[in-house]
Amino acid sequence: MKSIQVYDPAMCCSSGVCGPDIDPILPQVAAFLHQLKEHGVSVERFNLSQQPMAFVQNPEVKSLLQSEGTEVLPLFFIDGHIALKGAYPDHDKRKEWLLAHHQEDVR
Amino acid sequence: MKELPVSSLIGSATRFLFFTGKGGVGKTSLACSTAVALADQGKKVLLVSTDPASNLDEVLGVQLSNQAVPIPGVDHLFALNIDPAMAAQAYREKIVGPMRGILPETALRSMEEQLSGACTMEIAAFDEFARLLGDPLITKEYEHVVFDTAPTGHTLRLLTLPKAWTGYFQTNTSGTSCLGPLAGLEQQRAVYEGALNALANAELTTLVLVSRAQTPPLREAERTFRELSQLGVTNQRLVLNGLFKASEIGDPVADALEVRGLKAISRFQDFLNQLPVYSVPLHGNNLLGLDALRAIAMGSTIEKTHLLEKTHPETPEFLPLENLIESLESSGRGVIMTMGKGGVGKTTVAAALAVELARRGHPVHLSTTDPAAHLVETLGTAIEGLTVSRIDPAKETEAYVAQVIETQGANLDPEGLALLEEDLRSPCTEEIAVFRAFAKTVAQAEGSFVILDTAPTGHTLLLLDATEAYHRELGRQARESVPEEVSKLLPRLRNPDFTRVLLVTLPEATPVHEAAALQADLRRAGIEPFGWVVNQSFCCLYTEDALLRRRAKNEIPYLQEVSQKLASKAYLLHWLADEPTGPSALNHLLHQAPNTSV
Repeated sequence: MKSIQVYDPAMCCSSGVCGPDIDPILPQVAAFLHQLKEHGVSVERFNLSQQPMAFVQNPEVKSLLQSEGTEVLPLFFIDGHIALKGAYPDHDKRKEWLLAHHQEDVR
Repeated sequence: MKELPVSSLIGSATRFLFFTGKGGVGKTSLACSTAVALADQGKKVLLVSTDPASNLDEVLGVQLSNQAVPIPGVDHLFALNIDPAMAAQAYREKIVGPMRGILPETALRSMEEQLSGACTMEIAAFDEFARLLGDPLITKEYEHVVFDTAPTGHTLRLLTLPKAWTGYFQTNTSGTSCLGPLAGLEQQRAVYEGALNALANAELTTLVLVSRAQTPPLREAERTFRELSQLGVTNQRLVLNGLFKASEIGDPVADALEVRGLKAISRFQDFLNQLPVYSVPLHGNNLLGLDALRAIAMGSTIEKTHLLEKTHPETPEFLPLENLIESLESSGRGVIMTMGKGGVGKTTVAAALAVELARRGHPVHLSTTDPAAHLVETLGTAIEGLTVSRIDPAKETEAYVAQVIETQGANLDPEGLALLEEDLRSPCTEEIAVFRAFAKTVAQAEGSFVILDTAPTGHTLLLLDATEAYHRELGRQARESVPEEVSKLLPRLRNPDFTRVLLVTLPEATPVHEAAALQADLRRAGIEPFGWVVNQSFCCLYTEDALLRRRAKNEIPYLQEVSQKLASKAYLLHWLADEPTGPSALNHLLHQAPNTSV
């Protein structure tokens, strides 16, 4: 894994602490992305209510939004390919991605 | 303490002037009269209200917006209101507007919803304020910028935000924040630092603490003086507004009013010796319109020239106070909230009702959402069956942060935890922490009485907006982890058998009209006020004092407006010779006979 791009739905801050209730997965994902960054992966994260231009500039994101609506968010791209759609990666998924990354490293 | 004439304040005016203080002390009147006086000297002046429930429009007789407009009748004077709702709308449009026709409708809607929260409102309003103070280009054409601020609690928060955000920028490393990606915020950062520097520069900024010769506003002025001194605001002055001297010797009401003022001043002698003090005499008329504003700055009372007829004013009908107490008591539980403009006696009415219900054997909890509240001082002593607390923003934030770290941080590695802690340091966290504490307090009323003294209108409107915004947000997420008190808050507030809102006012133009606007806002949010309480009326007290008689006479149209047009149930409280603190004075307030002498 060289790069990961996250297109978040409209939210206040990436950990969700500003909302009326915290989705427990958000701080975990934030921590996971930070961990990837430490491993040399290029991490980019875009929030619909703060950086909408990023959603327009990616043709794939734009067309998915048009055909399926905001339900497709969040969108995770790994090395330019859609890896996850409409959900945050749970513990198993994150482990799988991390493992794949380490195996690439070994190779 | 040496009292200076208020005209000397205008002679030494710095570029930025802030008027702050407890609600109802006359901030708007003094800010306007100062701005008019400076403009009359040929200086170009911008007058700005930072109060979400601004009264500039009524005092100046002009409809204002968030853009500066010239004030008819005063050359060189311009004015604007910083309205958080409008500021948020402008901020939202800046982001959403360019995406119209490019992103699908659902995406645009979810952006708009997200950007309608309490956080956006506070940031957008603060941003406008900071630019006026910290961006030299925006105000360069004005020689003076006069700020009429919201009551203390809200204003202390506004004035501390430049420091809070500057600190947040310096320590944030994750590159995201509630303000959007920090990379794009270098410009804002310079503006906030500029605002911080302007506040601390004595040659640039004067902070005028406005007070009355009464204990609560003087205590609040002292507290503000201390907190702002710590923030580096060194150039502070105090205006004692509405100082009353009896004109008739031996008139019991007039003597009592004068003595009450002198007692309060002597209690705060040490504080008043620490800064220049100016005084402005009490006026018999409502201070609306330019002539009245010009008269204050000259230090004169305009009604001196009028001869007063000595007739006892006719008062419209009000319901007996016993009716209020009994109808509140009958449900045996629920929230009773006092709302209204600053300085009208929300805390006094809340405390008096709490004492009365406790005396009748009900367990009562008395609390407040006002960061500048003085419940404990008002009660004076512990009362059986009555517990007291307050929603303290700093303490609630601390508790919320600790709780989030304990629950959400449990599964995180040290770096993840550090990221979470960083986000929690955002000044936005306070909004949500206060909101949750409010929800918890309201939930307590399921089993007993909770009497909730609210902050002045502007602050309370923002809390209600936040409640509605969070409620919508919860509707979208529907997670099981949402605490029950949070999801049930809005339905509880909308239930007239559970929540009784009392609108408190004085029999004067501005507080009545502010409460009327608040009533309309509450109704829009689906909350029907229970009734109105008109406080500190002089109309039924027998006095020979010319100025007090004029005030009493001027009350009549407002008493009529409340009892006949605005309120479904209207109650009247007379002015009392003693400050209404302590159980016996509070008791006296609710058991006063009509047409009493003092």
